[in-house]
Amino acid sequence: MQRELIKGNEAVIKGALLAGCSHYFGYPITPASEIAQAAAYYFPLLGGTFVQAESEIAAINMVYGASGAGARVMTASSGPGLSLKQEGISYLAGAQLPCVIVDVMRAGPGLGNIWPEQGDYNQMVKGGGHGNYKNIVLAPNSAQEMCDLTILAFDLADQYLNPCVVLTDAYIGQMMEPVEFPSTRKQAPYKEWALYADDKTKSNLVTSIFMNTHLLEEHNFKLQDKYNEIQRTEVRYELLNADDADIVLIGYGIVSRILLNVMENFRANGKKVGLLRPITLFPFPIDIIGNMAQKGVNFLVAELSNGQMVDDVRLAVNGKSDVYLYSRMGGAVPSVKDIEEALSQYI
Amino acid sequence: MPQEIIEVAFELPSMEVVSYLCKGCGLCVTHCPQKCIEFSDQFNELGYKYAQYKGEGCTGCGICFYCCPEPGAIKVYKKVRE
Amino acid sequence: MKASVLQKPKAFYDKFERKGGSQLETTHYCPGCGHGILHKLIAEALADFDMADRTILISPVGCSVFAYYYFDTGNIQVAHGRAPAVATGLKRVHHNGIVISYQGDGDLAAIGGDEILQAANRGENITVFFVNNAIYGMTGGQMAPTTLVGQKTTTSPYGRKPENEGYPIRMSEIIATLEAPVYVERTALIDFKTINRTKRAVRKALQNQIENKGFSFIEVLSPCPTGWKMTPPDSQKWIEQNMIPYFPLKVFKDISDSATPFTYTDRTYSDSEVLNILGLSQLGERKKVDQSFLENFPTQNMKIAGFGGQGVLSAGVVMAACAMNENLEVSWIPSYGPEMRGGTANCSVILSHHRIGSPLTTNPNVLIVMNTPSLDAFEDDVVKDGLIIVNSSIVDREVKRKDVDVIYIPLTEIASRLGVVAAANMVCLGAYLEYTKIMDYKLLYDTIPIALKKKSLIDLNIKAVDEGVKYIREHYPRS
Repeated sequence: MQRELIKGNEAVIKGALLAGCSHYFGYPITPASEIAQAAAYYFPLLGGTFVQAESEIAAINMVYGASGAGARVMTASSGPGLSLKQEGISYLAGAQLPCVIVDVMRAGPGLGNIWPEQGDYNQMVKGGGHGNYKNIVLAPNSAQEMCDLTILAFDLADQYLNPCVVLTDAYIGQMMEPVEFPSTRKQAPYKEWALYADDKTKSNLVTSIFMNTHLLEEHNFKLQDKYNEIQRTEVRYELLNADDADIVLIGYGIVSRILLNVMENFRANGKKVGLLRPITLFPFPIDIIGNMAQKGVNFLVAELSNGQMVDDVRLAVNGKSDVYLYSRMGGAVPSVKDIEEALSQYI
Repeated sequence: MPQEIIEVAFELPSMEVVSYLCKGCGLCVTHCPQKCIEFSDQFNELGYKYAQYKGEGCTGCGICFYCCPEPGAIKVYKKVRE
Repeated sequence: MKASVLQKPKAFYDKFERKGGSQLETTHYCPGCGHGILHKLIAEALADFDMADRTILISPVGCSVFAYYYFDTGNIQVAHGRAPAVATGLKRVHHNGIVISYQGDGDLAAIGGDEILQAANRGENITVFFVNNAIYGMTGGQMAPTTLVGQKTTTSPYGRKPENEGYPIRMSEIIATLEAPVYVERTALIDFKTINRTKRAVRKALQNQIENKGFSFIEVLSPCPTGWKMTPPDSQKWIEQNMIPYFPLKVFKDISDSATPFTYTDRTYSDSEVLNILGLSQLGERKKVDQSFLENFPTQNMKIAGFGGQGVLSAGVVMAACAMNENLEVSWIPSYGPEMRGGTANCSVILSHHRIGSPLTTNPNVLIVMNTPSLDAFEDDVVKDGLIIVNSSIVDREVKRKDVDVIYIPLTEIASRLGVVAAANMVCLGAYLEYTKIMDYKLLYDTIPIALKKKSLIDLNIKAVDEGVKYIREHYPRS
């Protein structure tokens, strides 16, 4: 099929609709508003529902309701909105409800500004709300992946009964690139546990309350088993030129695109530089990093944050090699040259 | 309301407090227009002095049933015209 | 003798297994609590209407968080105050379902104040039961938004003071001012008369939803003997003497009879319909492109800059789409963040046979400047031997760099001679392709329509491309 030249933010919505998503609840925020706008345009045309909620909190709770009702449902926002949504995400995780949440990250803290940052890593990857839970987190770095990973997000959410986050940034969202879309629409699967407002499912209960401490502990252990299984089976990453690398660059989203140029330029000069791009942030590619560290490979982690993913890299490396951080914040996006200068110090 | 029809051996109309479900709040006692419900001297297994039918005077009006907060603590029996 | 029995409604479970413990037939509510009475009225109505199977009941945060122990319906437990938002999600999925949001005063009127107002304002086709007992029962008798002035609670130990806590909030009155709700009534649970009135209100509110008439809201003044530290009969008297004067029992709004019922249409869409609606059906197969063209294609790191309105962004889109159709990799990104400077609108466009790394062209090998500030901003960034295309109609200076290739072309004048100043961008692309020969300029013809809102201007824009080509042939002929 020929490709469509399309913005990442719009590719999310077309991907979602092709994944069988029928409901979108959201609140406008720059730089994620184009997702809501595309949803508002396309969902009704396909018999779906778009509701602009009164708040981020209401939006995520509408998602909770629609998910409990068995629909494939999504929302999208940016950092300040996601902070508000954390309550609802904790309830979704606790009640084991699947949904897709797109976070087009902007710079913080507080109101910050609307330029790209990756400062939501901790709040999306580590949980973010109260309690012992994790989101599955996917990190696209192209318009094609904005579509593909959104579709994957619906499948993973349903498979593991867990919120799945597409963690992206304003650049990936604003950029137009060719996207090849699937030519058939998936059907939302029937969910035996959900509430279909009929006699067959009325004995179902969607809840996150367990008054009995033993039952709640059991529930928590069950969740942890699930996260462990996700860690074992769902790690996705892209690894380039790692076989002989002395140092491997690690970055996700827009940063990984810049790192690709950095790596190519250093390779062209005979420097043994590799690139690891985590596609899943939870589950994080712990083993591959650990294995490389064991062989003495060092790492330069580039992040548009104060160094949030670098903590996961350090845990994976476990002191066996050196981990350097290149950190930018406030919406400042480094050029290829900026990172090349940083890298030259370590090579 | 389509109510269940059963065969009974006692006089109708009548009411019954299911004693082990009563929390002794006294709302039925207060609101019964015929004043035909009273507190028992006994405690039930929940630890309450439960309400009980005095044995006569019930008109089957159902007020006690609707004033009672417990789903199953009160039953009211009315005569079915045949 | 045959007797009819008034007893526990069938919409309750026989045994409350979810409650656990040994008391599986009693509720967790305190003696004399109004929740039990309202539960009974709702369960009876659901049973009588034969609607329990279709019902999804929302258990809120508050004493009624365990409503799911009792109702033999679909059950969902939700975050504090968010029940109307969850109800919205449920109902928007199952139009045929009966969705009940059951909430207390802290839940509905304090932490969930916005959710209820907005669900009411949207006229969600749901039923809301609002239990107002002027106190937080579950957490130990704290002040509620409906706590009366002077009323002592554990967080208003000296009595509620308006100067510190404001006045008790009248939710029914507020909801009734909204356009969408069809039925708003406040009732009480203090004697048979008021309970009977509540029973009718519950039925009407559910009937409205069954008939798809829209949003119904029943506020119920309900005793909390434990929270108020009174006997159950005294707490009913307290409602009569203290709450009802402030919270009058009344139908605040009822347009149930005249409300136009919601109509829902559920249909499925075939894959071809889906693709058509998503604008993907016309894409067709990928073009067969000569491999040597791809392999020899010189990567173009383009920056296109000018005033807003000069078609800078759409020039980039057309160029990227054109190259994409030739199976090249492309990226387009508008000026954003630190890239935006010098009062210009600009975009970065990369065309390459290779996978594209950073989509930002910090050092372009092709710079197109439609105005002077753009030349000022980006001239120094161009790589050595790069190309700068200058709109000489507007840019009032020459390029200072001596190590780059420069074309001066009066784009705006050429376009205005055609009658469409906005087509200057297409004149430029024609000139660019004719000068560089990286692709046949005629390939632009197919991609112009995607960037044009006014389809009537397609021919003119194609002509603009041709004019750009003509200018290059006349002024910059390649030897």
